[in-house]
Amino acid sequence: MSVGAPRGLASSGQKPITEILHPLSAAEEPLSPGPDVTVTVGGDKEVALTNGTPMETLSPASASSLFNRLQLDDDLEADGRDLYASMETRDLFVTVDDPKKHVSTMETYITYRVSTKTSRIEFDLPEYCVRRRYQDFDWLRIKLEDSQPTHLIPPLPEKFVMKGVVDRFSEEFVETRMKALDKFLKRVADHPVLSFNPHLNAFLTAKDLNKRQGLALLTKVGESVKHVAGGYKLRARPAEFCAMGEYLDTFSLKLGTIDRIAQRIIKEQSEYLTELREYGTVYSSWAGSEQELRRPLEGVAACVTTCCGALEELSDNMSQDFLPVLREYVLYVESMKNVLRKRDQSQAEYEGRLEAAVLRKQEDRTPIPMEVEKCQDKMECFNADLKADWERWQSNKRQDFKQLLTGMADKNINYYEKCQAAWESLITLLQDRQTEDKTSETN
Amino acid sequence: SPPLYDHLFSCLSKENLIPCPHPSMVEKGTNLLRKMEINVVEAEKRTGKNTVNMQETYTVYLIETRPAETVPEGGTPATPDTLWRRYSEFELLRTYLLVTYPYIVIPPLPEKRVSDAYLEGKVKNLYKFKFVWHKLSADNLDPDFVERRRGGLENFLLRVASHSVLSNDEIFFHFLTEGWRERVLETGFQDKADSRLKSLSAMFRVKNPDKRFTALKHYCDELNTVISQLLRVRARVADRLYGVYKVHGNYGRVFSEWSAIEKEMGDGLQSAGHHMDTYAASIDDILEEEEHYADQLKEYLFYTDAVRSVCRKHELIQYELEMAAQDLTHKKQQKEELATGTVRVFSLKGMTSKLFGQESQEQRESRLAALEQSIQEGEEAVKEKNTECQEFVRTAWEDIERFKEQKDKDLREALISYAIMQISMCKKGIQVWSNAKECFNKM
Repeated sequence: MSVGAPRGLASSGQKPITEILHPLSAAEEPLSPGPDVTVTVGGDKEVALTNGTPMETLSPASASSLFNRLQLDDDLEADGRDLYASMETRDLFVTVDDPKKHVSTMETYITYRVSTKTSRIEFDLPEYCVRRRYQDFDWLRIKLEDSQPTHLIPPLPEKFVMKGVVDRFSEEFVETRMKALDKFLKRVADHPVLSFNPHLNAFLTAKDLNKRQGLALLTKVGESVKHVAGGYKLRARPAEFCAMGEYLDTFSLKLGTIDRIAQRIIKEQSEYLTELREYGTVYSSWAGSEQELRRPLEGVAACVTTCCGALEELSDNMSQDFLPVLREYVLYVESMKNVLRKRDQSQAEYEGRLEAAVLRKQEDRTPIPMEVEKCQDKMECFNADLKADWERWQSNKRQDFKQLLTGMADKNINYYEKCQAAWESLITLLQDRQTEDKTSETN
Repeated sequence: SPPLYDHLFSCLSKENLIPCPHPSMVEKGTNLLRKMEINVVEAEKRTGKNTVNMQETYTVYLIETRPAETVPEGGTPATPDTLWRRYSEFELLRTYLLVTYPYIVIPPLPEKRVSDAYLEGKVKNLYKFKFVWHKLSADNLDPDFVERRRGGLENFLLRVASHSVLSNDEIFFHFLTEGWRERVLETGFQDKADSRLKSLSAMFRVKNPDKRFTALKHYCDELNTVISQLLRVRARVADRLYGVYKVHGNYGRVFSEWSAIEKEMGDGLQSAGHHMDTYAASIDDILEEEEHYADQLKEYLFYTDAVRSVCRKHELIQYELEMAAQDLTHKKQQKEELATGTVRVFSLKGMTSKLFGQESQEQRESRLAALEQSIQEGEEAVKEKNTECQEFVRTAWEDIERFKEQKDKDLREALISYAIMQISMCKKGIQVWSNAKECFNKM
């Protein structure tokens, strides 16, 4: 009996064409940047892929994968988004916006508008608009984790905030949270498997979410009951999953370091800002006792004030846009580690059962029960899903960080540009006066 | 762009961080400067026995003078005359000038001792960011301090040399060339210096000072306060800015470590990290250049003392005049009493004559004669003092007007050069972050 892992195995939900026989579902191949099709001059026009495979010899199944691959590369050249979503087959669009405060006798909470546009037949209508609160997102996430244990579920922003430390109803907090919820939902909607989950459908469409309170009490991080059964011990984790684990460990360390550095920068900038403000006021007060120098000094004071404003904006950006995304990835890494653990469990269970069954077969020739095969299927399915999700996650991670870091660079550039403009206009002002004075002197 | 701007720019773009001669000085074109080029080019450590026969180490500065003639293309400039002078000799020169020209605002010398704030700055940097450990000396042999002082001394000489009155002083000329010590002692200025010191520290109330001088003194007090404040805050701002830049250096390291576990993202991250290192390192030069601005402010901080000195001298002369006038009035009253026989003003003679009987007609007449004599002398004294006072007011105010113009011009230029420095800093910032952004884009 083969224990090999065939590709593209059954997972729950319908599969769009994009998932069948995707040539890039394996981790290692680097994506080629340019068009795959080359035309050689002379002789018959032999059209071939850059890896040498001539086009004519491709079977229809491979042709579709070729089509996929070509489209993929085009999109990667452009500012690519999610691997799958960049395909022209995207047919589900979700947005989270419009936060509103609700005050009742029991509690005060925020709801967000969740808008959906879709052409999928799984949905009765092409458009939906519902209001959801954080609890509802949490419910969705738990449901997804339970029903899709082999897939990586995107993280939600932190559930609990210390009352008194953070104002849950401040504009900034709500804005940051809303962006994170929007990202969560978009990631789920872009996932080829998760997006077809019936719970997502309910979340997006139902007027009132009929959440069974019992399940809502399950914590996010807790293992699903199904997989803890048996207490099997894993013997040998395949190398590729070991590599994933190591990567995640190092990566989360680096994220933590970057978070600390960013926080330190914000702190230093804040202290710098305090001193800079006082600096500006000293120039203003000096201007008061001068005559000829009054305007230049006031000009300097104004420049300093402008720089203060620009700096404040820069720091705010770091706090509100940069840090939350960073922290979200830390949560993402934790989720991914969790999935790896579950995969280990699934493998351990299979190996455990197999060993027991083989021993029994040796003893009394009992055939290997169906359960063992089912376990094997489950494990292989898990491995395939995980690998696919891993690739997707890596690609998304690359795009997200590219965006995050270029954004940070942009904000810094803007800051310096604003300051430079302010000082340059001051020089013009000062120099005009100088030439005025000079001409009046010589007259 | 006007020639002023170009000159400033060339001053700043050289790696020349000492205060360069102010354009206003070179333009003045006194007789001395027309003939002679003056530079303080070097500093050297010497050891020798001091006045109490103890070994001491001190610094001497090399003064270079050469005829100010235009050198033809390809020709070599004439070899300069050189001599060494130590700080205490500069002090002596300045005291001589103060005493000899009390109505002139005498240019100030750079700081005598390493100030506490200077040391504080160094210690702070050491602790916070562990940069290269400079030999922290609490005395005046610290290389940075010596270098800054050298520039300050050259500035002082050029200020004197560009003053229409001071530049013609013989002693000054000999200070620059040779054999000044005997000459200066010959002038006997030491005695004048002592009495000046005594009178300046004395407390006295002037009834009718020239209002302009009172206002000027008040202005100097304000200027002194505000520049001190500005220097303090500027140092704190610089300290904070240093912190912001240096923390960014940590990004360099973490990006490098992170790039090691990445595939496609690795190169972009690594290169970006290098740019972050460059960014962090750039602050050292930026702040070094800003010290030049601080020095310009400091010069005017010390100038306020020189101006207050002149005001004080005016008050002294005015006081002497008032005392002389008061004395004269007193004597005149005495004469009147003596003549009319009434006693309004208390005098010992009057008292004793009351107690011990009238004096004889002879005695009275001799006393009257003496008084007359005294009154005449008194009137002469008042007249002289009045002339002295008016002359002082005239010449002092002339120099004060000159000083005001110089101050306005110099400080405005200082502000322009400060703005230029800020622009340069912004440009560097934009450059580095743009480079980093390019690397992030390649991720």
